[in-house]
This record gives sequence, structure tokens and C-alpha cells, in this order.
Amino acid sequence: MLAFIAQRIGKAVIVLLAIVVLNFFLIRMAPGDPALVMAGEAGAGDQIFLTQLREKFGLDKPLPVQLFLYVKGIVSFDLGYSFRQQMPVSKLILDRLPATLLLTGTAFAISLAFGVLFGTLAARRAGSWTDTAITVLALIFYATPLFWVALMAILLFSVAMDWLPSFGYETVGANYTGLAHVLDVGAHLIMPATTIGLFFMATYARMTRASMLEVKRLDFVKTARAKGLRDAVIQRRHVLRNALLPVVTLAGLQAGTLVGGAVLTETVFAWPGIGRLMYEALLQRDYNLLLGVFVVCSAMVLAFNLITDLIYRSVDPRIEFAA
Amino acid sequence: MRQFWRLMLRNPGGLIGLVILTIAIAIAVFGPLLFPTSPWRMVQRPFLPPFTLSGLPLGTDALGRDVMAGIIYGARVSLLVGLVSTLAALAIGVPVGAAAGYFGGRIGDALMRFTEFFQTVPSFALAIVLVAVLQPSIVSIVIAIAIVSWPPVARLVRGEVLSLRTREYVQAAIVTGQTNSWIIWREILPNALSPVIVLASLMVATAILLESSLSFLGLGDPNLMSWGYMVGAGRTVIRQAWWITVFPGIAILISVLALNLIGEGLNDALNPRLGKNGR
Repeated sequence: MLAFIAQRIGKAVIVLLAIVVLNFFLIRMAPGDPALVMAGEAGAGDQIFLTQLREKFGLDKPLPVQLFLYVKGIVSFDLGYSFRQQMPVSKLILDRLPATLLLTGTAFAISLAFGVLFGTLAARRAGSWTDTAITVLALIFYATPLFWVALMAILLFSVAMDWLPSFGYETVGANYTGLAHVLDVGAHLIMPATTIGLFFMATYARMTRASMLEVKRLDFVKTARAKGLRDAVIQRRHVLRNALLPVVTLAGLQAGTLVGGAVLTETVFAWPGIGRLMYEALLQRDYNLLLGVFVVCSAMVLAFNLITDLIYRSVDPRIEFAA
Repeated sequence: MRQFWRLMLRNPGGLIGLVILTIAIAIAVFGPLLFPTSPWRMVQRPFLPPFTLSGLPLGTDALGRDVMAGIIYGARVSLLVGLVSTLAALAIGVPVGAAAGYFGGRIGDALMRFTEFFQTVPSFALAIVLVAVLQPSIVSIVIAIAIVSWPPVARLVRGEVLSLRTREYVQAAIVTGQTNSWIIWREILPNALSPVIVLASLMVATAILLESSLSFLGLGDPNLMSWGYMVGAGRTVIRQAWWITVFPGIAILISVLALNLIGEGLNDALNPRLGKNGR
């Protein structure tokens, strides 16, 4: 078990290093001389200042040395400096990270719970009206652009019905404490989290349905039936449990899409997370910040993959822990 | 082939998808002939609600531009980007997957690690970074979408090639001394075509969604009207003018839905053994 986890973490670290290297070259591809860009953003551009900047950030050194310095910086969580925001990139990201984790975590929980629930319902009544309705709805939500669902939700629940706040993390200036604060954040969280959740809910529902129908035909289910087990028990213990394996795999694979969804929803709902930060960096063409967010997003995905890997192995005891 | 069409036509979803896509292509090709005015031109007062003037069925946006014309011109961008970026992704994924599956060993391992790496990187975030760094244009958008969407192709093709390589007719070709590239292109790949076609049709749908998301964030080609751009531009005035965001979004939804339906129809038609939805 431990050896397995160690091996997985080792693999994730290698991938992360590769992403950092990719990131380094992407920064170098960004338009303009980095020193010139920095000088411009700092509001001065004479030759001495440029040379100083080049020296300070090692831009006068050969490329491999620069790469080494960059990787070394990232290992100590130094992601560079955002001249636009006058702050280190890592601080900007750390400030915003909790909001994104709350949003994506809630969205993931919603989508997995309801996706599996609807998928199970559809599979158990395959061919019925319930099944058709769930299948058609899943197909539609699977095809709807996330940012548009977000806007339609605002139009419906904020503008037309005035039920939910349309933007932000909490009511500005209200200074709620305790339970009132939690409820306030919750009210702000519902729409963005459900928006992201709907797309994944559709994916998981489709996957659960297809997978359950497949498992249902296998021999061990027939055996269980022949033993005289009740249908509910067979569905839950035999069919669903086995059918969940591909769903967990899919959930792990889609971690990256979840992050992408966060960029779009946070932008629409002005949710103060790293997705919104990425959008701000994009608007200001703040490449240091943009690529910093990219590295952190990638690290999040890797961590998430690691967790789903472990879950997968606990769901499916057939898979050995040996490295 | 005839049996393929019969199976395809028997699938109501696939048929609906095919009809919608045909209409969308017709609009993209012939629409600009019916609406010769540039979608960027101001034609009426801003914020004209839909269904009020017969010439402007979907109203105008914040700058008095015709929403209907925008949707028609946007169809070109969406379909073109969807198709071209999918072809580009196939151009990367098929050779990588074929080489990995055919040669196997160290080369295959290295290629698959490379593929997994690109599959791990958060795709939408990478697409954003790529377009931002390369500067927004239709070419950079196609490149970005292709780079983030080829890994599933490579994995699929590798799997197919792995199983086809051991077939007798391929072994026979090897024994008769055919070159590797001849065997891969002429013997193996044609037989791996059907799952690739299914995947490709679904990839076009994903590419359209990706393009619209990028344009929505302001990373679209500044010279081309696109659906994502229209939704993004209407976002700030959504309280006054819902129609500016609603209609382009419906256009995206319908096209993507049609392509997904076609993909499922193709899947049922090309893999008839699986049976409908595994039932």
C-alpha cells in the first residue's frame, strides 16, 4: 500500500516537473522581451533598469541556467512576480485557492451524487419514461456550454425570480458571522456549483446507466438472482458496486475539465477563485500570473488523480497495491 | 455501406442530428448570401427586442448589430474550427497511436507517456494559455484545440493497432516483406477506422464547445464573429437584453447536440454487435 502510494506520488512529481518545463517555454514564447514587459509594467524603461531586471531574474544567463533557476523557484513555491497586481504570484493564488476548492469540491460532490442517482434510476427502469427523460436531459446538459448555463441561471434565478444572488462570494458589507455567514456563502455557492455540476452530472448519469446495464447481464448477477436475493440487494451490492468502477475512472480523468469549468463559472459569477484570477490575468495579459495559475491548476489535477486512484483501489479489491 | 446507412437511418437520434447538422452547414455556406451585410455593422437602434421588426427577427445587440446575422456568420466559425481542429488532432493522434501500437517496446512506452502527459494537463487551462501566448487568431485557436484534444485519439488508435497487429493477414504482410509504413497505412489503419470516426464526430462537438468558451473569455479571433463572442459581449447587459446571450447559446447547444447524436448513431451503426445502448 505505502509502496504503491509512494510510486504514484513519484510519478505525479515527474509529471509536474514536465509541466513546469513546458510552462517555462510557454513564458518564453509569450510576446515581447520579458524584461521590457516588466520594465513597462513597472513604469520605467531606461537601459540601466533593463540590465538590472535581466540580472535580477537571470534573463542574461543561458537558457538551461534560466530553466534551472525557474524550476528551483517553483520548488520553493516562488511563481514569479505579478507587476500588474504588485504582488508575488504565489500569494495571489494562495489567497484565491480556498474559494476554488470550495466551489469545485461542492460541484464534484453534487455531480457525482446526483449523476449516480439519476443513472441508477434510468438503468433500473430502462425503456420507461423516467429513463427517456433522464437520458434526453443528460444529452442536452452534456451539449450545453457551461458559461451559457451560468448566464441562464442568473437570468432565471436572479433576474426573473430574485431568489439567489447573481455574483460574488458573500454579501458585500453585510459582515455576517457564524451560521449567518455560512448560509450567506452557501446562497452564493448554489448557482456556480450547480452550473459546473450539471455538465458532470450528465456525464456520470450516462456512464452509470450504460455501465449498470452492462453489468446486469453478467453471470454473477444471474447467480445472485438464482440464490434468491432480493432485487434491491442485487442492484445495490452486485450491480451498482461494479458499475461504479468506470464512473470513478471517468471522474478522475475529468479533474482537468472541472478546473476548466471553474474558470468559466468563476468568471460569470465573479467568484473570487483562481479561475477568476486566470481570467483577470488574461484580460491584463499578465503572463507570469497566467502561467502561475496554470501550474497550480495542473498540480490540483495531479493531486485529484492521485486521490481517485486510491479510491479506485479501495472500491475494487481485485487491483493489487503492489507497485 | 448500404447496411451502414440502414442502421444509421433506423436510429432516430442520429437521424435528427444528421438533419440539424445539414441545416447548420447549409446556413454556414449559404447564409451569408442571404445576409450580405457584415455582422459587425450597425443596422438599427441598440437593444432592439426580438420579434419586433420583420427584418431583424432576433433583435439587435448593444451596438445595434443584427443578432441573426451574427448567428449566421458565427456558424461558419464554429463549424470550421470544429472540423479543422479535429482533423489536426487526428493528424497528431493517429500517427502517435499507430506508432506506439505497432512498434511497442521502448518507443511505444515513450509515446504513451508523452500522450498521458498531455492528457493529465488541464485541457481548457492549457488551451487558454496557448491562445494567449500565441495571440488570438483562428490559427492559434485551431492549434490550441488540436493540442489539447489529440490524446484520446492516440490511445484509441494504439489499442486498435495492438489487437490488429496480431491478426493473420497482418502477419502475412510482415512475412511477405512489406514495409512497416505500408502495413500500418494499408493493412491496419483502414480496419481501425470505425471507432476513430465515432470519436472524431464527438471531438468536433467538443471542439465547438472549446472554441465558444475561448471566444467567450475574449480569446476569439478579433476579426470573426462567433457565437461564444456574442454571448460574452451580451453578458454585461443581460439584465436589459436577454436575447443577446440567449440566442447564440441556443445555436451552440443545438449544433453540439446534433454532433453528439450523430456520434451515438454512428457508434450504434458501426458497432452493431454492441446492441443499442448495451441493452
